[in-house]
Amino acid sequence: MEAYLDNSATTPLCKEAVDKVNFALTSCWGNPSSLHANGIAASELLESSRSIIANKLSCEPDEIIFTSGGTQSNNIAIFGAANALKRRGSRIITTSVEHSSVEEPIKHLESQGFDVIRLRVNENGLIDERQLYAATNPSVVLISIMYVNNEVGTIQPVEFAKRAAVHAGANALIHCDAVQAFGKMQLKPYNMGVDLMSVSSHKIHGPKGAGALFVKKGTRLAPYVLGGLQENKIRPGTEPMPAIAGFAAAANAMPDYRQGLEHAQKLRDYFVRNVSAMENIKINSPANALPYVINISVLGIPSEVMLNYLSNMGIYVSSGSACAKGNKSRVLKAMNLSDDRINSALRISLSRFTTKEEMDYLLYGIANAQKNMRRMK
Amino acid sequence: MKEIILLKNGELALKGLNRHTFENQLVKNMKYRLHDLGKIRYVQSQSTIMVEPVDERVDLDEAYRRLKTVFGIAGLSRCAAVEKNMDAILPAACEYLRDELLLAKTFKVEAKRSDKKFPLNSPQICMELGGVILEKYHHLKVDVHNPDLIVNVEVRDNYAYIHGNQQKGAGGMPVGSAGQAAILISGGIDSPVAAWMMAKRGLRLYAIHFASPPYTSQRAEMKVHSLLRQVSKYSGSIPLCVVPFTRIQEEIKDNCPEDLFTIIMRRFMMRCAERIAKDQGCGALITGESVGQVASQTMQAIACTEAVVEELPLFRPLIGMDKDEVIEISRKIDTFETSILPYEDCCTVFTPKHPRTRPQLKSVEEAESVLDVEGLIEEALNNLKFINIGE
Repeated sequence: MEAYLDNSATTPLCKEAVDKVNFALTSCWGNPSSLHANGIAASELLESSRSIIANKLSCEPDEIIFTSGGTQSNNIAIFGAANALKRRGSRIITTSVEHSSVEEPIKHLESQGFDVIRLRVNENGLIDERQLYAATNPSVVLISIMYVNNEVGTIQPVEFAKRAAVHAGANALIHCDAVQAFGKMQLKPYNMGVDLMSVSSHKIHGPKGAGALFVKKGTRLAPYVLGGLQENKIRPGTEPMPAIAGFAAAANAMPDYRQGLEHAQKLRDYFVRNVSAMENIKINSPANALPYVINISVLGIPSEVMLNYLSNMGIYVSSGSACAKGNKSRVLKAMNLSDDRINSALRISLSRFTTKEEMDYLLYGIANAQKNMRRMK
Repeated sequence: MKEIILLKNGELALKGLNRHTFENQLVKNMKYRLHDLGKIRYVQSQSTIMVEPVDERVDLDEAYRRLKTVFGIAGLSRCAAVEKNMDAILPAACEYLRDELLLAKTFKVEAKRSDKKFPLNSPQICMELGGVILEKYHHLKVDVHNPDLIVNVEVRDNYAYIHGNQQKGAGGMPVGSAGQAAILISGGIDSPVAAWMMAKRGLRLYAIHFASPPYTSQRAEMKVHSLLRQVSKYSGSIPLCVVPFTRIQEEIKDNCPEDLFTIIMRRFMMRCAERIAKDQGCGALITGESVGQVASQTMQAIACTEAVVEELPLFRPLIGMDKDEVIEISRKIDTFETSILPYEDCCTVFTPKHPRTRPQLKSVEEAESVLDVEGLIEEALNNLKFINIGE
């Protein structure tokens, strides 16, 4: 048996996406910018894809920019906003638990003179609104807060960002990395007071190589890649149609988020109840986290060793973020967990296709590992 | 214009009556390295070897790039081969070395002729060519002591060869000329460097790696593959033997004092390695140890480890080197970036917090005596995995 429980790293393609990718590769391979009929067909596919994504985010199609994925969406948003607004102020507010594709661009801006405030989190990985309010002053140009944490599933109160900015009289742009939330919970940038929102295709059963950035109408971004006129000149370059069309097809195939959420919550509760009954287990995700992400520690067995053991059984989970292989988790450190918990952390991430049998197999795997493996000190 | 590569084989020229064995090995290695580039002729004379493309499609840039990593070559240069008369040599030299002449500020001409029937002698060739170059390149000055560029003319049997400054080769001795030895490779920074250094002295490499799944991952083994692939660019292909080591490590962990874990583990590694090495016809073991680097590499610890090696000599080319010197070589041979990938390997699993730094052989032997040493080794050696790395 196999159990793929690393859906926060990437997901298998759904059939709808595979078919659409295939169609775009073989039957609709034109350049959307070409003026001839062949190009027009491709541009129609591009625009219908855009409408689908816009629909999922309750926004207008012209507010969607296609990108190469979550990392590029985050980079375009952060550099674009900071550089467009740098004459207005120099403070950027973010959190200490962001994905590296937010953390690194902001670190780069910091080295160029921006004043960066990283909000601390509590033991649940949650920021404190009061700290957010206190840090927000009129010189803030950008607030970037992720919606769902990729390592522990904590849901941040992103809606407070706009409120804090308005309260302080700051003309700041609000960016939200919603890569782990897309399709898994309600996601309406307008309701959340968000100007820029990043989502990705391969986390929702679409192909790798596509993502989108919501850019609220009237928001000016300074492009950081220069070239042709594509994607409002913010992401120039010929659009990778197979990836984009597959992305849209995958988005279109997502059922109502409530359905999936209920399913995930059941599996999570079942798993946590059973795994907590074992010895040497700590649950690192807060109880009210998005149930798709479950972070636990199996004390005494280093993450990598546990990963290998489970992998040999056909169980695929991860240690923290797949984008930071081998490095100690920044997120768990920010949550102030002890070293033995951080060193033995496992991230189990579900999708709407995950079954109870897979969770059972994982429980069996963990129990076996505890029985057979020597503990480290 | 016909172009060839001229090689100087340096240290080999100092060999006595068996010099030809070394040279033949070198040519064999070169042939192997260039075999897919098309038909190439190798002409040996005195301390030089000429690499002459026979058919047109030979990519000389690629051949030159590859030859720079062949051990046994002290220096190499690309030459123009022209007709043996001054009317051909003079314009060819000015044209062939144009870029180098433009970049240099000072130069001199050095000429050699093995064909004594050539009408001009060496000083005459130098004078004439030097004059022509000065006429053509007004910015140049002659400096016979420390020139930026030496324009070489060698008049040999069939052609006159023209080349600029000689580039340094990989040095050392031709791989294979000293036999075969087994390197114990973990995946860290040191062992690939040790392997490279011994290959440089003419040893053909055989690699032994200890894997402890599931404590170590497939990626840790893949890392070893890519390290060896990199070293094989110098040494030629490397057979790899993977020893299953989980059971041995678990037994030590369960039954021996924690602070002796690493020493006892290394003794097992040495025992396994020596048996495999002998079985594979290797004449020595190579490790990346350096005195005092870690607890298991103190003088006393090395003594305890070495005590189980019965016959083969143990080569430790890094024994007196500092870490930064080792890193410098690993960067040069391009293994550093792979070595620092953060996967658990057999040496990091179960490492004790406070290892004994001055173990006594007697107490180690005593601690070890509770284990079925022979049985464990036999079980491991019965389950070896063999892979060939490199071309």
